[in-house]
Amino acid sequence: MLQITCPHCGARAESEFHNGGEAHIERPKDPAALTDAEWAEFVFLRDNPKGLLLERWNHTQGCRRWFNVARDTVTYEILAVYPMGSQPPALDPRRYV
Amino acid sequence: MIDSYLRQSALDHLGLAGRTSEEPEKAAVRLGEKLLPAAVNLRGDVADPAFVAALREALGVEPPSAPNTVATNGEVALLWLGPDEWLALQHGAAPEAEAQMAAKLRDALGDLHAATTEVGEQYVCIHLAGPKAREVIEKGCPLDLHPRAFGGVGHCAQSHLSKATILLHQVSPGEDGEPAFDLYTRRSFADYLWRWLEDAAGEYGVAIVAP
Ligand SMILES: [Zn+2]
Repeated sequence: MLQITCPHCGARAESEFHNGGEAHIERPKDPAALTDAEWAEFVFLRDNPKGLLLERWNHTQGCRRWFNVARDTVTYEILAVYPMGSQPPALDPRRYV
Repeated sequence: MIDSYLRQSALDHLGLAGRTSEEPEKAAVRLGEKLLPAAVNLRGDVADPAFVAALREALGVEPPSAPNTVATNGEVALLWLGPDEWLALQHGAAPEAEAQMAAKLRDALGDLHAATTEVGEQYVCIHLAGPKAREVIEKGCPLDLHPRAFGGVGHCAQSHLSKATILLHQVSPGEDGEPAFDLYTRRSFADYLWRWLEDAAGEYGVAIVAP
């Protein structure tokens, strides 16, 4: 099990959290102008890197707040925790292949 | 608002009042229900002095800004639930106390960007005390409850106990070897959680009390 540091509550067990998928996916400003392919990209398609991934987590069984996590998908190491609405810190992308 | 209605605990059917122990001091775990707490959920900006002043005026206690801490004046306790969210709790109060508390808060908050919600009837409060109370909770909860990590009285935390969502408030530090906790859960989990606790505490010796 991961130990995740909630920005408010501190280090807690993964079972208290809910993963909210990839972070920084922006909702299209003009949805009517999108092609089907662009919609599919926005709704369904996500990166699946072997290395650094930026993702959203919610402390569902704790303070119920959202935050961003930068995580290495190979080592499971959590490299940074940063607030919603802010950009990630500069990090090594850690691509293994 | 209706004048009167039947207020019934979600553990009423267990008949706990008829099962209280004659010798609770002999058990390593004492379990009891603190009946029908008055509880109001509060949202607001703790950085706004007007919000803090309104709570001080209405409740006589200021909202703690440090995560997972509790402020109390002995009568009303304010438990931190989130950076802009608290739970105001009062035990042993009259049935109308919760509506009165909420009305006082709404008056004091006026036009401030804040919210008050009466939530007492969704909560069941189970009190756990005794030398093995901590061990019982540790059986099903990922929180580190060691005194080094869980800072004794004035500490609260939201987590899960055997998969049921809980709000845990340590009400006695246990320096005397007798830590005590108030454990809040939603009423639909209450029957399950009570039975789980009674079973988990069984190996240490458990007594039912009226706290
Ligand atoms: Zn949290």
